[in-house]
Amino acid sequence: MRDFLVVWSERALLLKGLGNTIVLSLAATIAALVLGALGALVLMTTKSAYRLPFAGFVDAMRCVPFLLFAYIVYYGLPSLGLNLDNWSAGLAALTIYNTAYMAEILRGAWVAQPADPIDAGYAFGFTGLGHFRRIVLPPLLLSAAPVVGNQIIQIVKDSAFLTVIALPELTHAASSIQSRHYIPFAAFITAVLLYWTLCLVIEAGVAAIGRVAEARR
Amino acid sequence: MNSPIPAAGNGHRPVLTVAALSKAFSSLCVLENINLQVHRGETICLLGPSGSGKSTLLRCINWLEKPDSGQVYLNGERIGVTTGGVLMGDREMSAIRTRIGMVFQHFALWPHLTVLQNIMAAPVYVQRRPKAQARAEAESLLASVGLSEKRDAFPAKLSGGQKQRVGIARALAMRPELLLFDEPTSALDPELVGEVLVVIRRLAHDGMTMVVVTHEMDFAREAANRIVFLDRGRVVETARPDTFFVAPATERARQFLQRYENSSARPARRDRPQSFA
Repeated sequence: MRDFLVVWSERALLLKGLGNTIVLSLAATIAALVLGALGALVLMTTKSAYRLPFAGFVDAMRCVPFLLFAYIVYYGLPSLGLNLDNWSAGLAALTIYNTAYMAEILRGAWVAQPADPIDAGYAFGFTGLGHFRRIVLPPLLLSAAPVVGNQIIQIVKDSAFLTVIALPELTHAASSIQSRHYIPFAAFITAVLLYWTLCLVIEAGVAAIGRVAEARR
Repeated sequence: MNSPIPAAGNGHRPVLTVAALSKAFSSLCVLENINLQVHRGETICLLGPSGSGKSTLLRCINWLEKPDSGQVYLNGERIGVTTGGVLMGDREMSAIRTRIGMVFQHFALWPHLTVLQNIMAAPVYVQRRPKAQARAEAESLLASVGLSEKRDAFPAKLSGGQKQRVGIARALAMRPELLLFDEPTSALDPELVGEVLVVIRRLAHDGMTMVVVTHEMDFAREAANRIVFLDRGRVVETARPDTFFVAPATERARQFLQRYENSSARPARRDRPQSFA
């Protein structure tokens, strides 16, 4: 119990880490969703010159462990002349990695959509991105919400790996507290509870979207 | 390429001209050398057995399916191909499609939008009409199909007949020059067919130019100005309904009608439904 009191005394550090985890996850989620939606459009195009390279990228991301990918972005890119600070590298790694997943999730949901309303969009004069944004994407997001929610939880958890590039997020903060006070159990369990809380918030959000979708089903 | 459309017998240019249109899906020829003219205020019913190419013809008219050869003209303007002879870009295609309303067999309403939003979507986002004006028009269209109280409902909460009436209102909201109906009642329970046919009949009566793919023989007999009978991708017979249903000129049409008469020995049905609007 005393250990937890020590953690409490370090709450400012922990909350800063939590705040950074939230900022990082939120930014990566929004960017990955926007880019993933465009990626789904690329995966669904009949033009193989666009589709095949992007499908290759999606496949590569799904086969690379995130930790390794973060290493490549932070430590590997400088050897190609691209130096990113730890925040930029962390955010870029999370976003690029999850763009691939989001694109594949939305592509899967798109394939399962009935064709008629999409055709009706064209018949009524919608075209290109306007057709995608107004006609295709909204029902796609509603039907894919539970899977997208899972992926957002994955983003939150993957952000913990960014402690290896010294990004001051929640795991990094917990790690600092434990090494400063030698209280690994209390520090890490507290971090786990905070991650759990974040995931409960995401699940509540998904449930709310589920209710919106249910009204339209 | 863009040859002027011949004037019709009555001196007016047809609203729709289909000239020598053919379409194949891989090696299967679905439409072969289709020629068709529809004049202002006419209702044409496309009849024919399943797989005869009726729906594909409809989809070729607004280029949801790209014809392999032949031309389609809307009020003299070539659809799908510019005056320069090249394929139309998105913007040109969009502009011409907004002039053709389409009603789908399975309604094809947008599930994430309310009834009113479904009707307003194309006028607001495609035709760029003022939102207030589009809303007022959508509300009056909704009233005209008897569904004012459903304006804020989502399509999933409507019956098939209600969905199709919304589908018709949505098509009318674009103020189209031509309306295409792709089997508007064949996905409906028998007792819901009447409420949809009443709306289409009224449109015919009001002088809307329409091409209707249907299996509703009573409706075709009563509402069509002309019957176009398709079989295996060809127009086999074109006739006025009183001629077509009483004395079809071709053996194929006779067989087709015979089969319908036999099957309409099923229980007597609806029509002239409950009153609305």
